[in-house]
Amino acid sequence: MQQEIIIAGFGGQGVLFGGQVLAYAAMDTGMEVTWIPSYGPEMRGGTANCTVVISDREIGSPLVKNPPLAIALNLPSFDKYESLLATGGTLIVNQSMVDRVAKRVDIQSIFVPCNEIAEEIGDKRLLNMVAVGALLTALPEIGLKDVEKALENHLPAKHQHLLPKNFTALRRGLEHAQKMPA
Amino acid sequence: MSRELWKGNEAIAEAAVRAGLEAYFGYPITPQTEILEYLSRRMPKLGRAFLQAESELGAINMVYGAACTGARVMSSSSSPGVSLMMEGLSYIAGTEVPAVLVNVMRGGPGLGNIAPAQGDYNQAVHGGGHGDYPRIVLAPASVQEAIDLMALSFDLAEKYRMITMLILDGSVGQMMEPAEMPEMRSPNRKKFDWATDGALNRDRRVLSSIYLDPLAEEQTNFRLMQRWKEVMANEVRYKEYFLEDAEIVIVGFGTAGRVSLSAVRAARERGIKVGLLRPVTVSPFPYEVLDRLTGQARTFLVVEMNTGQMLEDVRLAVRGRVPVAFYGRTGGVVPFPDEILDEIQRINTEPVSAEADPRQSWLDRMTAIKA
Repeated sequence: MQQEIIIAGFGGQGVLFGGQVLAYAAMDTGMEVTWIPSYGPEMRGGTANCTVVISDREIGSPLVKNPPLAIALNLPSFDKYESLLATGGTLIVNQSMVDRVAKRVDIQSIFVPCNEIAEEIGDKRLLNMVAVGALLTALPEIGLKDVEKALENHLPAKHQHLLPKNFTALRRGLEHAQKMPA
Repeated sequence: MSRELWKGNEAIAEAAVRAGLEAYFGYPITPQTEILEYLSRRMPKLGRAFLQAESELGAINMVYGAACTGARVMSSSSSPGVSLMMEGLSYIAGTEVPAVLVNVMRGGPGLGNIAPAQGDYNQAVHGGGHGDYPRIVLAPASVQEAIDLMALSFDLAEKYRMITMLILDGSVGQMMEPAEMPEMRSPNRKKFDWATDGALNRDRRVLSSIYLDPLAEEQTNFRLMQRWKEVMANEVRYKEYFLEDAEIVIVGFGTAGRVSLSAVRAARERGIKVGLLRPVTVSPFPYEVLDRLTGQARTFLVVEMNTGQMLEDVRLAVRGRVPVAFYGRTGGVVPFPDEILDEIQRINTEPVSAEADPRQSWLDRMTAIKA
């Protein structure tokens, strides 16, 4: 078993933390995992991405050219990863930040209005958790409970009061994605 | 101990603390600055020395001074910063004191960029500072291995009174992986019979790298090389993957090695008998195992994130008995597994000429693709 995920968006959209939450969940369920950020100078105010590889054996390459799973939180990321996604893969697209429909028909693009859902919950910063929740529809190795537990276990004490809203964001994202026609 | 998600650079810093690091001297440079940042918080809390020097030259010479007292001491930097340290490193080697240096390598030459690279292999393994001196060089490929080797590096440096370097590329420094930390070791300093740690009630000791008499310097060089013989006999480390029946053997260290592992698995799924040898010590280099594998392998493929530096050590071990091919990405580019898989498939179908220069063949292919 190996799963590869790229999460991409603007700096400030919680791209790196979104990936870390998945990495913690994978680790806590006993799997091997790598999390690697793009750490170039372009990070300042520009695009950011991270790659998460989850496996049941020693992980080789921490970088992936054609991931089966990706989250695109803005239009430049949608443009880039729609073309790079592996055939049959699933792309979670932040509908709030894109103004076009999917081009490829050999992948599943799931559009989720992450910003709007996050604002409904009461904190626009939760958009990354909405997207991670949506991704779980295509990531059977990690359940909603695993991600919730990972947040509980690893969120610093000063942020623990944010857990309920994070849980809501994850669930709303997952539910939205499950409702989308396959 | 339970597994925690550690970032490579921070894991190295904590592993050094737990191995009994008494003093750290350094200067910030991407992509290793987290080592410095982490230790700037951690060391003072433990009553240990952390100092951000005025430059890399200052830092390495502070390491030199502290090392003379027998303290567990280290510095860390990235490629251009390590270049600045080379004079000090040679003095440390000439004085025969133990010290640890971490190089989180980035794209070069020159100022280059901050992306992952392995272009400092030759500097670390063969060259660097002036004069004849051997040094131990460890090349971790994962966060756990970086932790384990960090602890080992101090033991090796002290055992052989020798510089031990950790070379890793920026991606190992920046990535997070689950890893277990060793227990905190007692920071009790060993009583070395050479250390200048206060001459109360004993004869004074002198540590220096100056031997004005060439014959004395020659004796020193002999002594260093005799000690190196022991290192070669005792300290070679490597990891083997799918080598039992491998006809094609990939050799790669650090990140190039672990990316190759993905390619080897993909090639195995296609029925190609390929395996991977990943040197963990690149100095001492695992010549013997390569010599043994030469009887089994019909072709070697060296994969590096440079233009073919370890390649020369592999060729030295293989001694022309079977062809050696090369594949590299350089300048801060990390290869993807499918590029290496393409190389494996090409080698598997078209025999590699033993006469061809592996670096030139690779360069011709690369520039043909680009053109």
